[in-house]
Amino acid sequence: MGHTDRAPLLRKLFNFHGGVKPNANKQQSAAQPICTLPLSREYVVPLHQSIGGTPQPLVVAGDRVLRGQRIGAADGNVSSAVHAPTSGCVVAIEERLMPHASGLSAPCVVIEADGLDEAAPRENFDWRSASPDAVRDYLRDAGVVGLGGAVFPSHLKLKANNSIGLETLIINGAECEPFITCDDRLMQEKAREVIEGVALMAHLMQAKQTLIGIEDNKPDAIAAMQAAAQTAGQSNISVVAIPTRYPAGGAKQLIRVLTGIEVPHGKRSTDYGVQCFNVGTAFAIRDALENGLSLTTRVVTVTGNVERPGNYWVRIGTPMHELVEHAGIKPGTERWLMGGPMMGIPMPSLDVPVVKATNCILAGSAELFAAPEPEMPCIRCGECAQACPADLQPFEMYWHSRARNFGKAQEYHLFDCIECGCCSYVCPSHIPLVDYYRFAKSEIWAREKDKTAADQARDRYEFRNYRIEREKEEKAARLAAKTAAGRAAIQASQQTVTGDAAPSETADDPKKAMIAAAMQRAQAQKAAAQPQNTEHLTPAQQAEVNDAEARRARARELADQDAQSIGKTSPSADTPNKMAD
Amino acid sequence: MISALLVMAIGAIVLGAALGWASVKFKVEGDPLVDKIDTILPQTQCGQCGFPGCKPYATAIAKGEADINQCPPGGDEGVRKLADLLGREYKPLNAEHGIEKPKSVAFIDEQTCIGCTLCIQACPVDAIVGAAKQMHTIVADLCTGCELCVPPCPADCITMEPIAETVETWKWRYPVFELKPVVTTSVVTTDHPTRAA
Ligand code: SF4
Ligand code: SF4
Ligand code: SF4
Ligand code: SF4
Repeated sequence: MGHTDRAPLLRKLFNFHGGVKPNANKQQSAAQPICTLPLSREYVVPLHQSIGGTPQPLVVAGDRVLRGQRIGAADGNVSSAVHAPTSGCVVAIEERLMPHASGLSAPCVVIEADGLDEAAPRENFDWRSASPDAVRDYLRDAGVVGLGGAVFPSHLKLKANNSIGLETLIINGAECEPFITCDDRLMQEKAREVIEGVALMAHLMQAKQTLIGIEDNKPDAIAAMQAAAQTAGQSNISVVAIPTRYPAGGAKQLIRVLTGIEVPHGKRSTDYGVQCFNVGTAFAIRDALENGLSLTTRVVTVTGNVERPGNYWVRIGTPMHELVEHAGIKPGTERWLMGGPMMGIPMPSLDVPVVKATNCILAGSAELFAAPEPEMPCIRCGECAQACPADLQPFEMYWHSRARNFGKAQEYHLFDCIECGCCSYVCPSHIPLVDYYRFAKSEIWAREKDKTAADQARDRYEFRNYRIEREKEEKAARLAAKTAAGRAAIQASQQTVTGDAAPSETADDPKKAMIAAAMQRAQAQKAAAQPQNTEHLTPAQQAEVNDAEARRARARELADQDAQSIGKTSPSADTPNKMAD
Repeated sequence: MISALLVMAIGAIVLGAALGWASVKFKVEGDPLVDKIDTILPQTQCGQCGFPGCKPYATAIAKGEADINQCPPGGDEGVRKLADLLGREYKPLNAEHGIEKPKSVAFIDEQTCIGCTLCIQACPVDAIVGAAKQMHTIVADLCTGCELCVPPCPADCITMEPIAETVETWKWRYPVFELKPVVTTSVVTTDHPTRAA
């Protein structure tokens, strides 16, 4: 702690509104070093593991893949690639159960490991000489996403606001959620790598200062990170101990604590010169840029009602049951949560894969977590509003969500709720408030989607009606033009055939003229399609044929004259208006 | 004091009259009511309401020529919204026009399609692509599920498939109330069969 500016106690810290102090329960899993999970036989890699588009599979069943090989390409820029966690054979691309509260399935690449764990050849990429855009594309293709749990593609966040630049890069090592210790262990064991990653990000974003916020209940991690920063000679990276209070690790809350900046509703933190990343993400970014390693592994805490709580290096796609069996399932486990007790989501089964968002697997038993008490009516005590770190009025949002009055719920800034669970935690009426917010949010999203679809359908319907109208008009116009053209052609041909002798009546009677023209065309066609058995004839036969042809031609001429005389003699007054339609 | 009240009263009357006049004038001009109704309608364009599309139905409602409970795709919620908008009494969906069904999209069995283009002509939102004598396909994202392409198909190769829920479209359920046991367990257990029956 040689440099005074790095001394954590001298920095002025700020306070965020609300928050709670649940029992940390970190000691169970924090003591042991991270251990590496042995290779599995089968890996299930979901294609969609980040916010944004679903990657397109790059492999088919039967392909051999190598560790780190890209198996799903990012779908557009707001998306992130996925990679094979080990070498082996793709056995299927199929729907598999997801680690998601819905209990639904999604497309996955299923890989049967061959046990060789052969790595894909390293792509040569020198980030130091590459343009910032190229570095971002590289990280997108390396599948680097936020490992704090939000899985937002990191390449999209590695960009400062052009006009104001980046004042402060914040690295989130707070790890405020009870039970979870994966970041704590990572910072203790890989401090040097994390600091290198942080320095790299600070360089990419041209950050003026970098603050690494760690809750003060992790003294070992703080010490390790401070030492690493000092060794690396990174004088503008400061490791800051912050008071332990849930949810200090929320991005907005951490920004507030470290800088005093309050990012308003619906604004980006970069507009205020701040950006925030998780420590695990910093490690993954370094791994990708320095070692050419795509994101195929992460640290996962397994804790709660298990024999050997601890942290594990787990390949993405490892079946969750393998991981928890390794930690030892204890009897009495009633449910499995992915995440911590405050924000975790219940798993539909352990037959789901570990994904990039899996920071913790928590085994819940009756002793650890008492069954939720029955919900009682809201007494409007305001405890929830006191506890809400987003400064919202949870009971109002609850009231309107419950009544399905979604517009009103939104007026109370429902979408600023970070689902931290502080309000439910303090509610004396045991109302599962967050469940109501999740319900209301997903209903609102569904309605938004329906509305967009309806607007699109309305536009397409109106356009179709317009097109049909226009086609009708065009058809009428075409017909009129054709009639006029036909009339002119007849007139011309009549003039050449019969000289200038009285063709005007025919011209006044375009229908007859058209008929005559059509007959002429038909005759021409008939003439063209003469029977072809008239080759190689004897002279006598040829003479007979010629004779017959001459008779036919005469008959045709007569018929033509007849047709013309009909045209001349028939009354022509009523016919033209029929052409109007 | 009295003069102040008088001024206020006159002010209120003038303002009220102005507002009333403005609202009448506004209504006469663009007929925004039809648009407001049309925004509520689901734009499936299926014609089940008895009109050749949502806009014509909206116009008929605005003119008082049609009731508010004739649109099955809009469902119960749609009727409620219309009732709210028009200040009318809610009434259940009129079953004569059909019943509310889960949203589906049309699907063409591409092996059987003979490429007659009849479905294209029937589709109100141009969600079918294909050319004469070529296989036809439905653009699922654009299909409103109106079912209008099903009857004209001579090869009977169009089916309606309900849209499956995915991880992305899944919605959190309404929180279930954990009923507080106010009676003894034995009563609760005997209670179950009665409820099931
Ligand atoms: S804490 Fe619970 S009971 Fe109190 S106001 Fe909030 S929701 Fe109502
Ligand atoms: S869950 Fe939402 S409403 Fe409740 S305390 Fe957290 S941010 Fe506030
Ligand atoms: S029934 Fe069909 S056409 Fe009529 S309003 Fe409803 S969706 Fe539109
Ligand atoms: S109506 Fe049926 S057969 Fe004809 S093009 Fe459409 S799907 Fe094919």
